[in-house]
Amino acid sequence: MDNIILIAVSALGGLGLIAAVILYYIASKFKVFEDPKIDEVESALPSANCGGCGFPGCRAFAEATVVSARERKSLDGLNCPVGGNEVMQVVGKILGLEVEAKEPMIAVIRCNGSTIHSPAKVKYEGAISCTFAHALYGGEGGCQFGCLSLADCVDACEFEAIHMNPETGLPEVNDRCTACNACVLACPRGIIELRKRGPKDKRIFVSCVNMEKGAPAKKNCEVACIGCSLCQKACAFDAITITSFLAYIDFNKCTLCRKCVEVCPTNAIHEVNFKPRKPKAETLTPEKSVSGKPLADKQLVSDSSKTEPENKKEEMIETKE
Amino acid sequence: MGIFKSFVLGGVHPAENKLSANAAIEAVPVPKQVIIPLGQNLGAPSKPIVKKGDQVKTGQLIAEASGFISANIHSPVSGTVLKIDQFIDVTGYKRPCVFIHVEGDEWDESIDRTDTLESHISLSSEEIVARVKALGIVGLGGATFPTSVKLTPPQGKKAEYLIINGVECEPYLTSDHRMMLEKGREIIVGIQILMKALLVEKAIIGIENNKTDAINHLTELAKTDERIRVIALKVRYPQGGEKQLIKAALNREVPSGKLPIEVGCVVQNVSTAFAVYEAVQKNKPLFERVVTVTGKAVKKPSNFLVRIGTSTQDLIDAAAGIPESTGKVISGGPMMGKAITELDTPIVKGTSGILLMEKTESQRLVENPCIRCSRCTYACPMGLEPYLLTKAAKLGKLQVAEKEMIMDCIECGSCQYTCPSGIPLLDYLRLGKIKVGRAIRTRIKK
Repeated sequence: MDNIILIAVSALGGLGLIAAVILYYIASKFKVFEDPKIDEVESALPSANCGGCGFPGCRAFAEATVVSARERKSLDGLNCPVGGNEVMQVVGKILGLEVEAKEPMIAVIRCNGSTIHSPAKVKYEGAISCTFAHALYGGEGGCQFGCLSLADCVDACEFEAIHMNPETGLPEVNDRCTACNACVLACPRGIIELRKRGPKDKRIFVSCVNMEKGAPAKKNCEVACIGCSLCQKACAFDAITITSFLAYIDFNKCTLCRKCVEVCPTNAIHEVNFKPRKPKAETLTPEKSVSGKPLADKQLVSDSSKTEPENKKEEMIETKE
Repeated sequence: MGIFKSFVLGGVHPAENKLSANAAIEAVPVPKQVIIPLGQNLGAPSKPIVKKGDQVKTGQLIAEASGFISANIHSPVSGTVLKIDQFIDVTGYKRPCVFIHVEGDEWDESIDRTDTLESHISLSSEEIVARVKALGIVGLGGATFPTSVKLTPPQGKKAEYLIINGVECEPYLTSDHRMMLEKGREIIVGIQILMKALLVEKAIIGIENNKTDAINHLTELAKTDERIRVIALKVRYPQGGEKQLIKAALNREVPSGKLPIEVGCVVQNVSTAFAVYEAVQKNKPLFERVVTVTGKAVKKPSNFLVRIGTSTQDLIDAAAGIPESTGKVISGGPMMGKAITELDTPIVKGTSGILLMEKTESQRLVENPCIRCSRCTYACPMGLEPYLLTKAAKLGKLQVAEKEMIMDCIECGSCQYTCPSGIPLLDYLRLGKIKVGRAIRTRIKK
């Protein structure tokens, strides 16, 4: 009897031992080393998996940061646009590196060719897709650079940060924007650009991408940039460049002085989240002006006051929402 | 199937509406100004060689080919170059165009303007190809692929058959039909020239049997040359597609993503054959073509011989004006043509017709959900599954779309025509093709 029990125990025990040895050998032979920091970094990331960083998901980004920290001892060029500076600071702390604070960015729609400013001349009936319509024709309003209003950017946005305004037929970006770049890639016409959010969300940009000469551009759209270069002359900081009849404001050089906004004859340059100017009627008459500004400035203000009523308000609403 | 040949898979038979079939070709007076787009052919746009203020003669070279797949453009009129500026063309975009103010109609001296038939082919094979290239001949069926490229088969490939496309399967259009009736003898010589250039001994002219007069006429003329055979084909859209025509005529199938030369065939349109005849025998560049102007409400559906660069408006005026009930103006046929956004759009080498569609027939159907009837699958001449590809394209599942061979789609629109739910299948197929094409290109670049 004892014998049988002994045999059973030793046989099973022996088998277990052999199996344990084999498993131990295999486990040590095929061990995959994974830096525990990857998990740590991943848990610090927002898990949006949006691809805004340029990597396929948060895990891949976490791996990239750990590899970069190990090999380059820096996190330059790696940024989680969704998490922003806070998350990058945490990631830096985990990896023991200093992370430079990045300027927060936001997507900006560089077209103001709404149904009011660029009325439809033809009617589009095809599939609801900007990419498709772009391959077919110029656009309902006749501007072949402007927004097609078919909402590819809205579909691309993972954060519900872009909506179409049914009245203007243009997309509008709200504060949820994380500057993940998805809409920029989705837009077949390259209208959307990532720009600095700016101090207190104040920013100035040219809301047009039309590269035609002045006359044909203006024919299709009242608020097109006509490349008149008045803004370039007004800018004291060399922030404005004009290429093929289109002004572009470099947001790194712009000091938000608003001089260009004032001189633009077509209101193509937009200011966002600035305080409304003082009532212009007062500045027109010299004796009533008590603001103490030099006269030339006032003149400019009064000039632009004639033509800039609604669209700026619209912009204000757009981004404050 | 009956006694007439046709392709096997799919196809539809839309109402033919060949309203202008009995209207003889009529020359439209030379307009006061022509606008010649520089990107008229498939491939790279041409480079202008004239500048503002230059005097040009009819038939003078004004823009030269800028690559292998590109074509020369010749002035269709005589006069002064006004400017080279952006103007809207049939793509719906503003593209560089040459504006010429017409003064008189003085032709280049080298062009033989007589009507006599020159049936003796004196040029050698290489000389023919060089002449076709120099005189800017492109495929006039609509795709505007430079003919000289088609006449130079790639290394190691040899053509066995020349197939002449006289199918004209698009409803409404009759320009090729009229060409065959009125210029039959020239077309036969053109075919002989093409055969000499390609060094082939067999040519087949495929014509759908709704054009019996053209079939009889060409059969009669082809009797003089036993190498040329005319075959009547069953009326079915899209038989004018290269791959479908080869299948119908020779029962050969062009492999996916390959050209007809793979199965020993070169396909040319009848109008191209005529243009080749004029180029080789008369030294006349391609600067005019026959355009059908038609539509149910058009008072005078016609076939016009038009100089390239004439505005669409002029042609519509020549056909007794635009009817009140017009909903869309389409450049090309109703199935594959494209609605134009401006009536000033100039006629280009690829414009086979101007169709003024009624409001009632040009409206889109209301889109309803797919009822899984699989009519689109039965209608697809390429054996694809349009409902599936459409879904994949809509959802951005590009790998699925690519695996299901979306790039084989010839954009004939049979699926959309047959869909009882009014789903814009072709739109989404095109969208899918754009996206998949882009993905493939980026992959190749990497």
